[in-house]
Amino acid sequence: MISLTSPVETWAHRWPAGAKLLALCMASVALFAASAVWMQAVAAGGIVLLYALPGAVFLRYGMRRLWPLWPFVALVLLWHLFIGATAEGAMIALRMLNAVALANLVTMTTSLAAMMDVVRVLLTPLRALGLNLRAVELAVALVIRFTPVLTAKGGMLAMAWRARSRRRAGWRVILPFLVLALDDADHVAEALRARGGL
Amino acid sequence: MERSLTQIALFAALVAALGLIPQLTLAFGVPITAQSLGIMLCGTVLGSRRGGLAALLFVGLVALGLPLMAGGRGGLGLFASPTAGFLIGFPVAAFVTGLVMERMRGVAVVWAAGIAASVGGIVVLYAFGITGLSLALGKAWLEAALLVTAFLPGDAIKAVLTALITAALYRARPTSVASRA
Repeated sequence: MISLTSPVETWAHRWPAGAKLLALCMASVALFAASAVWMQAVAAGGIVLLYALPGAVFLRYGMRRLWPLWPFVALVLLWHLFIGATAEGAMIALRMLNAVALANLVTMTTSLAAMMDVVRVLLTPLRALGLNLRAVELAVALVIRFTPVLTAKGGMLAMAWRARSRRRAGWRVILPFLVLALDDADHVAEALRARGGL
Repeated sequence: MERSLTQIALFAALVAALGLIPQLTLAFGVPITAQSLGIMLCGTVLGSRRGGLAALLFVGLVALGLPLMAGGRGGLGLFASPTAGFLIGFPVAAFVTGLVMERMRGVAVVWAAGIAASVGGIVVLYAFGITGLSLALGKAWLEAALLVTAFLPGDAIKAVLTALITAALYRARPTSVASRA
């Protein structure tokens, strides 16, 4: 499966993932503390600059990923226009866009493997409480492998339905879908046990 | 142990797959994402612990940057967006759904699953979602609650479907409904 890491190599790809996540946390806290519209505007300018540095492709892709927020931006602006607090509305809308854009930036410049390393470090203390790290890693790998498998099987079920019915596959295909997933889980569990288990 | 692990992983994948399958038209021709239906099913089928862990695994992988949410969305940006509360609430919703399901062993599966899905997948999930919305938009809790009422009918349908699907699964293969086994 393709993760959301940007294929455009940037300088930030080589930075340690832990540092980027820590910086994101602090920047997000700062964003939510900055309650003046000019502060948010300055932050927005800085973020656009960060997106623009790696080139036009990166900038376009990054901006497109903010598009799903438009209903919320429109809602906030209209609402605050209506109650006559335009500055506050602009501040909230900008803050929302800033926070999401910054977080997206970390996702776009950090590979799945680097993220997984951070998770491993964070989960290590929990080993004392009996957490099996190998099991967590195996579960992650299984989800990554089985999401496309199950999606394909679900598509087959929908097609099988269409071969027999004039209507589109409705909620009724979810039951066989569920059974498929449970069967797969049993088979994989047996295969794991046959190979020495966890 | 192996079986619990693979069930958790496969249900996390199932929730993702339910979001990726295009045009899964539910009742009355309303095209809604089946992802929260998957979260409810995690709880009613796998029970509190495994169901909650499956949802947690799903949310964790979204945070790592995998495009598992409906429409191929994912990444840390979702956790900063106004709808972050719903995403963060997924594991708790699945856990509570499973807990309610396990507490109602004496009740017929269809009713138990319906009530469990409503409590976990609607009441708990909306509590998280509305809180997130009110924080991101700077609105009072009740104002934010008004915004999401539009999605209530869809989620009510999903709770009913969860009840019907879980009951059908229990009829066909009683041992598969781990929350009852």
